[in-house]
Amino acid sequence: MANKLRKALGKAEWNITIVDKEDTHYYQPGFLFIPFGNYTKKDVVKPIDKYLPSGITLIKKDIQKIDPVSNIVTLADATSLTYDILIIASGTQIKPDETLGLKDVLWQKDIFDFYTLEGALALHKCFESWKGGKLVMAITEIPFKCPIAPIEFVCLADAFFTKKGIRNNVEITLVTPLPGAFTKPIATQMLSGVLSSKNINIIPDFYIEHIDNENKKLVSYDEKEVPFDVLTIVPVNKGADFIGASGLGDELNFIPVNKQTLQHEQYKNIFAIGDAAALPSSKAGSVAHFEADVLFENILSAIKTETLEAKFDGHSNCYIETGFGKATLIDFNYETEPLPGNFPIPGIGPFKLLKTTWINHLGKLFFRWLYWNILLKARPLPVSNHMSMAGKKTDRL
Amino acid sequence: MAEKTIAGATVNVNAEGYFENPAQWTKDMAIEMAKDYNITLTDKHFALLDFLRQKHLGGEQLSIRKVGTSGIVDVKEFYQLFPGGPLKISSKLAGIPKPMSCV
Repeated sequence: MANKLRKALGKAEWNITIVDKEDTHYYQPGFLFIPFGNYTKKDVVKPIDKYLPSGITLIKKDIQKIDPVSNIVTLADATSLTYDILIIASGTQIKPDETLGLKDVLWQKDIFDFYTLEGALALHKCFESWKGGKLVMAITEIPFKCPIAPIEFVCLADAFFTKKGIRNNVEITLVTPLPGAFTKPIATQMLSGVLSSKNINIIPDFYIEHIDNENKKLVSYDEKEVPFDVLTIVPVNKGADFIGASGLGDELNFIPVNKQTLQHEQYKNIFAIGDAAALPSSKAGSVAHFEADVLFENILSAIKTETLEAKFDGHSNCYIETGFGKATLIDFNYETEPLPGNFPIPGIGPFKLLKTTWINHLGKLFFRWLYWNILLKARPLPVSNHMSMAGKKTDRL
Repeated sequence: MAEKTIAGATVNVNAEGYFENPAQWTKDMAIEMAKDYNITLTDKHFALLDFLRQKHLGGEQLSIRKVGTSGIVDVKEFYQLFPGGPLKISSKLAGIPKPMSCV
């Protein structure tokens, strides 16, 4: 957004300030590959300054509170900034403390997350010497960032332990509060087939109440139990603490904004983008990317006090690693669930929707280069921010 | 869209039996539908159904966590009141659409 807006807005009229508590920008999709040794720390970490254009002020501090009535942002050191327009892009964070028994004696010994660099590195260390047993991948709460990551994780674990020659000693189970592997029917059917062909169990409708560290078991609210030897978990996801402190969020500190314009319903000069927004779309990088085009147009309209014409359709596009050098691809929006077909060129591809192919896998790997070199610098991509039905097969509906 | 007769009245439901129009709902319908789940509705059940209907009509997305912070029940009690799939079952009995899981 900063790269787009700096080009469009005159420096004499508009100051652009970014407040970020991190020194580092993380390529978060890469965390998934770290436990299996495909990526190391250096593949996913770059200094944040490198990706900002000139003419922008960067303040590396945490935020304490926003006063949306007076248009003031108070920083952690109690200094403050005023704003005319505020874009909140503070993402989502994991909150292991929200689940009883999660951050206990087994945390980062036999229980790991892969949503932080530390968690992914600790899990890699564990897997290097693990001799096998029950590997459970569990989701505590919805929504969470990158809803297909747990499916990818179990597929990559299957391939990793097969190559290590110990797959027969590893029982892999995916535990989810959702009714199936994914939320949308056709993709769930396809992905369930993939998991079952790899001898990976799914336990659906399991809402974790606590983790029994002594007996190494997950316990649900309706008193079902799942034993584990190593547990990889998606802890509860919440928006930034300052959103809760400012009274701008829902019960998980995500910000309710108009699902098409991304504008706050009450405070018209506040917008939210990416995981920070409470929208009925995936919390995924592709969603933030497509939203950025819409938000850019709407910010320019808001400045001119014009009606916000650009509408986000919920477009999401995700490559799903299925192991052994193959991947599948889903493309969907608020209204249309993932369908089979070709992407982005109808009839040709080269990517195949809802099929596992090696070329989809290459797409996923190429994406890291694309991310650092094209997306962060706001250079254009030949993919529309609106989902297209061209190339999709609807005869299965 | 299909039609179904519940407690003597005809209502519009989808393929999974969720109401298409929450305005068609009555308490007697909830009592009759609850029999399919072997649930006898108490005042606490009805307080929850009201909560769900109000939140739905207010345009809010519902989740088990949100019900757990309603002040009516905690999550464990919610599971005890609607065993099996508390949010799905209670939404059906409240005459509102199936809760949309985040994607």
